[in-house]
Amino acid sequence: MSGADWQLVGFSLRMALTSLLLVLPPGLALAWWLARKDWRGKALVETLVTLPLVLPPVVTGLVLLQLFGQRGPVGSWLHQTFGMDVVFTWWAVALALAAMSLPLFVRAARTAFEEVDVKFEQLARTLGAGEWRVFFTITLPLAMRGVLAGTLLAFARALGEFGATIMVAGNIPGRTTTLPVAIYAAVQNGEDAHAWTLAGVSAVIAFAAVFVSEKLQRRPR
Amino acid sequence: MKDAILTANFRRQFPGGPEIIAEDLRIGGGITVLFGASGSGKTTILRCLAGLERPEKGSIHFGAENWLDAEMNSFLSPRKRGVGFVPQDYALFPHLTVAGNVGYGLKELPATGRAARVAETLRWLGLDGLEHRLPRELSGGQQQRVALARAVARRPKLLLLDEPFAALDTPARLRLRGELRQLLRQLGIPTILVTHDRFEALALGDDVAVLHAGRNVQQGAVPEVFSRPVNLAVAEITAVETIQSGQILETRDGLATVALGDARLIALAGDLPPAAREVYVCIRAEDVILMRAHPVQSSPRNRLAATVLSLVREGSLVRVNLDCGFPLTALLTQPACEELALQAGAQLVALVKAPQIHLIPFTR
Repeated sequence: MSGADWQLVGFSLRMALTSLLLVLPPGLALAWWLARKDWRGKALVETLVTLPLVLPPVVTGLVLLQLFGQRGPVGSWLHQTFGMDVVFTWWAVALALAAMSLPLFVRAARTAFEEVDVKFEQLARTLGAGEWRVFFTITLPLAMRGVLAGTLLAFARALGEFGATIMVAGNIPGRTTTLPVAIYAAVQNGEDAHAWTLAGVSAVIAFAAVFVSEKLQRRPR
Repeated sequence: MKDAILTANFRRQFPGGPEIIAEDLRIGGGITVLFGASGSGKTTILRCLAGLERPEKGSIHFGAENWLDAEMNSFLSPRKRGVGFVPQDYALFPHLTVAGNVGYGLKELPATGRAARVAETLRWLGLDGLEHRLPRELSGGQQQRVALARAVARRPKLLLLDEPFAALDTPARLRLRGELRQLLRQLGIPTILVTHDRFEALALGDDVAVLHAGRNVQQGAVPEVFSRPVNLAVAEITAVETIQSGQILETRDGLATVALGDARLIALAGDLPPAAREVYVCIRAEDVILMRAHPVQSSPRNRLAATVLSLVREGSLVRVNLDCGFPLTALLTQPACEELALQAGAQLVALVKAPQIHLIPFTR
């Protein structure tokens, strides 16, 4: 492992963590919404949220590229308003990872919220608690194990993301290259040993994340 | 019933399920028991009062407050009703300590005031020393008291208790019943208590509303309702042991003579319609007195030769099934049974006072 390799691992971990920050607020809100409310068009939202899980990641990347490209609806607005370019920067990496791990997180958190008995929430309301207080003092703490497990799964998924990342962020060493992209590039360049080293690092991180996630989901008691 | 502080008239229809109707439900101060068999809608009515269910039709008024008016589409959320709710399984927050549970509803108080109120409430309920326990580390009786503490700590305007003893075993239930009545007396908060146990209703309630098939069918002071059920359904729910059909032979001076098979009973005619002939005769087992021989003198008008058919032990009580020309049930304590040397086939005299025989006219 060279210094550049360690930097690569550090960058990948940082990007995965950044994508978690992007995933958590909307993911928690969406999961709660799906678990606790019924509304028209719920099935449509459920499908849209799950879609990145089954679509080829490259397709998700293509859609992101269209949206966030300089001529895309979101990208042009960001460019004009903040002078900010997303595509082929580390922002694009975080965005691609977030888009790909959101479905996993939402599914896990939704199940965790559904397992919380509404009787506790109802009782909290009779004690004068508003909806925010109910969520942060009752629902979320009681669903914490499942939410944490979902977070770890999303993190592991983000670390392994390849297809969407390569579409929107490309492979700019030191700027947008993540572990999976670097492994692919190494193989392309015939550096098999290097590829195997990086693959080993990926496997260790993924193993740790999934192991802890499984442990959290199997409730003691 | 005293002046009502809460009046409710509503219908809650569950999709594809039963319709629960509270019709002119009036709750005064003191303890009101919502009494009925399981499935009669007691819990639903309680949850509607707490604001956890929203009835499709009707209204709920508490004092000058409007909690529900379906026609005006107004509904006061549970958090604004100021009601203390204790559900059947207590629903203690499993991740919070006893102090955390009891203090949960005290957010408006400053931190010091909150701690003082929690400590005061726990002391009052004999829970001091348990502040840092989690609910799962408590006994059933302790859990019940923590749930009560959590509900009363914020000084609610109304206390709602759903089957407070359902989660307890029988010895704890009997011990805590007397305790709860005392606690509720001390509190002085108007309380509505749901139960299917008539002894709980008798022991705890000032007033009672009897629910049958999703509708309140009779309400009033507990002794009044239990001794004067308005119809057969109420008599059956309040579990009057002996309900037999008889014929009124004559009515004179406010006393009715009723034929029950070969037996003749004297009962108060009360508010029987003059034309009533066919009646249900209701006698509560507690009101039957058993003796070995004919007493020389006794006030009860009704002396019946009785043969013991069977004895059924029920905790410290014994249910005695008798044949007096009609089936009659008596309830005695274990020692009383031994004193009388009761056994199947024994010949006895059963005494029932006229005012304790309740007549319900047939409604066809």
